[in-house]
Amino acid sequence: MKSYLKTTAGFVLSATMATASFGATVNVGELQGFTGPLESMIGPMSGGANLAVTEANASGNYLYGTINVVQGDSVCIDPAVAIAQAEKMINDDNVMAIMGPNCSGNTGAVITNVLVPNGVVAISPSATSPALTTLEDGGWFFRTAPSDARQGPVLASIAISRGQTDMAVTFSNSDYGKGLADAFVTAYEAAGGTVTVMAGHDDDKADYSADVAALSAGGSATLAVLGYANTGGRGIIAASEDTGAFTDYVFGDGMISELTSGAVADGSWGTMPSPDEALGANWVAVAAAGDVDGSGVFSAEAYDAMALIILASQAAGSTDRAAIQAEVMNVANAPGNKCSAGDLGTCLKWISGGLPVDYVGATGVELDAGGTANGSYAEREVIGGVFTNVKIHQ
Amino acid sequence: MTSESIDIINAFALLTNFVILPALSYGSQLALGALAVTLVYSILRFSNFAQGDSMAFGTMLVILISSYMISRGWTITGVPTALLAIPMALIGMSIYLLTMDRLVYRHYRRIKAKSIVGISASIGVMFVTGGIVRFILGASAQRFGDGERFIFSVREFKAYTGLEQGIALKTSQFLTVTIALLLVSFLFYFLQKTKTGKAMRAYSDNKELALLSGIDPDKVVQITWLLVALFTTIAGTLYGLDKGFAPQQYHLLLLPIFASVIVGGIGSPIGAIAGAFLVAFSEIFLTYAYKKFLIYLLPLSMHPTSLVQLIGTEYKYAISFVILVIVLLIKPTGLFKGKVIVDE
Repeated sequence: MKSYLKTTAGFVLSATMATASFGATVNVGELQGFTGPLESMIGPMSGGANLAVTEANASGNYLYGTINVVQGDSVCIDPAVAIAQAEKMINDDNVMAIMGPNCSGNTGAVITNVLVPNGVVAISPSATSPALTTLEDGGWFFRTAPSDARQGPVLASIAISRGQTDMAVTFSNSDYGKGLADAFVTAYEAAGGTVTVMAGHDDDKADYSADVAALSAGGSATLAVLGYANTGGRGIIAASEDTGAFTDYVFGDGMISELTSGAVADGSWGTMPSPDEALGANWVAVAAAGDVDGSGVFSAEAYDAMALIILASQAAGSTDRAAIQAEVMNVANAPGNKCSAGDLGTCLKWISGGLPVDYVGATGVELDAGGTANGSYAEREVIGGVFTNVKIHQ
Repeated sequence: MTSESIDIINAFALLTNFVILPALSYGSQLALGALAVTLVYSILRFSNFAQGDSMAFGTMLVILISSYMISRGWTITGVPTALLAIPMALIGMSIYLLTMDRLVYRHYRRIKAKSIVGISASIGVMFVTGGIVRFILGASAQRFGDGERFIFSVREFKAYTGLEQGIALKTSQFLTVTIALLLVSFLFYFLQKTKTGKAMRAYSDNKELALLSGIDPDKVVQITWLLVALFTTIAGTLYGLDKGFAPQQYHLLLLPIFASVIVGGIGSPIGAIAGAFLVAFSEIFLTYAYKKFLIYLLPLSMHPTSLVQLIGTEYKYAISFVILVIVLLIKPTGLFKGKVIVDE
């Protein structure tokens, strides 16, 4: 028995040593809203993030071990849960950095309460609130999704160019919804548009007839829905379609989903962050090869967020959190050799070979001084019951 | 706008389309859920927090069965297949509820646990049930209604009547109100006229006395769960046909349902129905913007320029709870004298 134990112990020890010598495991956090208002969009987003990890591991060019993803559910709307999950990742799982979180309200809470005190980098694929730009983040927070401070004006100028000069506006009563609505309404009114009624709606309500009744009282036949496709926004559209309150809709990126396009008539349109066509096609192909739905909202941004973490670690020459922070901007922005989605292996090799890299990735990543992607937007119109790209707005 | 400045018919059509019809169907859906809560409360003596998620479970069964039926072509034109799937789903739902009773609630009944223990147990059942639904069907929202969506749409109504304001009547609204009416009549007949119903009422009024007079408590409990299965499955399906299915939304339906039950008087079936309609109508009536309505009714000189909205729609969640607080302050037992269980 004793000898058996000894053998086992010896075996385990040698196995551990073997792993150690061939490269340890490096943890990276994936903090996303697997349940809650964003749950219908998370599949492709998580797929994108994990695809970047799979690619880096498969290439064998990442120098500091096998990357292991530690997943945490941020539930999107409950900052307490997001904070607890982030703390756990940092203290228990010793992650080198965090990809996430998703929703703007949660993200702000995680930045202030976790990232800054602990000194850990987080790169969000989808927190788009303009408020996050001005939040004191100590340089620990980055995002691969552009701020709604850009999306609002883009939506407004498309609306005006389509001749939609008056509309009612409803927004999800969240940091995301409010931020986007403010940016949109300011730009829309400045461009000569009239907002007949502007009202927030709470998500996950049992019934939206009251909201729609009030919105329709302003008299416009167009409704801008700046909310979430899986919860409040869906309810608003269903109630509006039932009562015939509105005929045309304008959507923010949170509404671009087949749930939405299946419920409204052709001609309604919306915007979502999207790379230019060549990059977009490349991403869809890379994603499809990895069994990920590349057309999913923020799936490309999720891939890029995770890729940036891995590249920054390679460039930092370690998994040290502060060293990673110092490298994120360097690998994301020019100058350097450009590499796109699907080229992570090459990219990693260039970095370890001492070549500078300008990561282009799936979305054409270029971060501004605040760590937010500049981004471009696709104008998507419902044609034949599905959202179809009409134009890319830079 | 017609030259006639006062236009009662259009004003009425407007109100019907945006306020009365939606409130009527929402109220009916709440009423069915509230009846299930009130039944559990009067017989099993705890507030069933698992109600919302149970509705999701029942609806899930309906979705699974109806999609199978559609794939086999077992449909009837004009009738949502979901309705045809209800009887099968009812069997599954009954088995699920009885199993949960056997695994969870029976133990606490046997040891005569306090009402709060039953509540806590039901919260556990709530999470398990919600988890199962998400596991099987996923967390995303989906629509499962087929067949004709409208009995008549706004456009058809306008073309037919020539009115400026249209009214739409959805198939799901019509079904909701009709089925709710049938079910409620059945429940009252059952409770008032049948032997089992009388036994249930006796058990609810005075448990000890009922046991002495030879009523089988296990049978009463089983019948209660069967009724709960009936109301839960149908309420969930009607709600889903009307507004779409999403597990999270069903989970949160619990709040307006509880508000209805308590406003009406917990343990009182008629109170549950009245409470449900009160909650539904007050939410929509108080937050409606009456601008267009008043423009139809008032002479030109008095036309309002503002939206004429009593309370912003942002606050509509608060409305049912304000009503709840007021009712509890003035009449703690609810509008229709419910009962308050006191643990011995």
